Amino acid sequence: MNAVYILWLRQLKRYFRSRARMIGSLGQPTLFLLALGFGLGPTFARAGHGDYVQFLAPGIVAMGILFTAVFSGIEIIWDRQFGFLKETLVAPVSRLKIVLGQTLGRATVALIQGSIVFLVCLAAGFRPAQPLLLPLALLFMALIAIMCTAIGTVVGSVLQDMQGFQLIINFIVLPLFLFSSALFPVPDLPGAVRVVVQLNPLSYGVDGLRGVLTSGFVFGVATDFAVLGGLAAILLAIGAYLFSKIEV
Amino acid sequence: MVGKMMAAIIEARDLVKRFDGFTAVDHISFAVEAGVIFGFLGPNGAGKTTTIKMLTTVLAPSEGRLWIAGHDPVKEPLLVRRAFGIVFQDPSLDGELTAAENMELHGVLYGVPRADRRARVEALLRFVGLWERRDDYVKRFSGGMRRRLEIARALQHRPRVLFLDEPTAGLDPQTRNQIWEFIRGLCRDEHVTVFFTTHYMEEAERVADRIAVIDHGRIVAEGTAAALRQQTGGRTLEDAFITLTGHSIREADATPVDRMRMMRRVWLGRR
Repeated sequence: MNAVYILWLRQLKRYFRSRARMIGSLGQPTLFLLALGFGLGPTFARAGHGDYVQFLAPGIVAMGILFTAVFSGIEIIWDRQFGFLKETLVAPVSRLKIVLGQTLGRATVALIQGSIVFLVCLAAGFRPAQPLLLPLALLFMALIAIMCTAIGTVVGSVLQDMQGFQLIINFIVLPLFLFSSALFPVPDLPGAVRVVVQLNPLSYGVDGLRGVLTSGFVFGVATDFAVLGGLAAILLAIGAYLFSKIEV
Repeated sequence: MVGKMMAAIIEARDLVKRFDGFTAVDHISFAVEAGVIFGFLGPNGAGKTTTIKMLTTVLAPSEGRLWIAGHDPVKEPLLVRRAFGIVFQDPSLDGELTAAENMELHGVLYGVPRADRRARVEALLRFVGLWERRDDYVKRFSGGMRRRLEIARALQHRPRVLFLDEPTAGLDPQTRNQIWEFIRGLCRDEHVTVFFTTHYMEEAERVADRIAVIDHGRIVAEGTAAALRQQTGGRTLEDAFITLTGHSIREADATPVDRMRMMRRVWLGRR
């Protein structure tokens, strides 16, 4: 347990010491929030859906978590490159504990990053419908963070070097975000897109978050919770397995 | 047989490692007695690092048996890992952490009791001359300082065997001398068996009690530096080494890690 804790702590220390990274990964969600939120706001309102910032904010929070979490997989490659990975792999600690501590650490970082994005949303005019449900929102954010960090672990364990990461952005992260109902309401979607959105695990995170923050689930809180929790567990297991197969 | 195993703290018997039809290590056997400084020499690609990886539980042998401090790295990896410390060929510190934090992380991973840890870390950092710099980020350290820190770190859990894979590669002569002095001093004080590789023959000649030369995955000679010189009629160990392993230059394929290291050098302009 100490091993898990010290590796978790390491990720947090690295995060708080790298302010550039912190600010850099806030830029993208903030841009999306401002450009889309205020740019499409009037059209959204005219279509009878109400305040777009109100609708968009939970999606942007999920986006902040998604990007931070998946990209954090690059730290495994980084650790491999800078050699630190070897130090952990020859330690008398099971690889499961190593990958667990590390993944939970990166998930915590993603959760913090998501919370900062949430504050940015508040500054941009977002108001949660039921502030008392904020702890539940935090729980959904944590689940999104764990699920996406586990994706990062899978990617970081499989890729040998940095070049592949651009591919991951284009073929995993962006589709997950764009087809997650973060930007648009699900009920009006044409059939095919709707199916894609329903197959996208992040949709359930966005739905859960939006449901809690602005009251209005599409899939239902129980479904959201079950899908996220189940997938987080499965992806963690896959990530742990692939990490345990890394050879240095 | 039992008596022999008790005396030898590292033992390999008919050790083989194959990668996709290529035999990197080809039936090697050797034994290192406790308290000895053992030099494992060979040209690039001879099988040195592969052997160290097998000894240190990172790679599983294709054939043969191994014992480190009486334990089998394949069957009892955690016991073996507790028994050795290692300084890898490439740096393996976290540059974003301080020297003290790197030490603490190691101590916790190796289950060094908290009470013991503090005194141990102070003693080791003082010994390698980094106590005053303990709260500095490792990324600000020079190559020699990093090496010294890695050696201190590797000894923190009181291992019985210390593996050093080219511990002085890329360092200037002053730093190299200093590192070996540290290692010799530490071995004496800590009763550690040292198993090292190097490309600097004069270092091996000066430091190693015993030397094994490996080439093309096979051990081609073993003994003291003097014995190897005598055997080959060379004036220095370097002469003996060239006689044993030939003049041809070995090319090894770059691994992805090597390529990334190259990228880092290009990007950051340093090693």
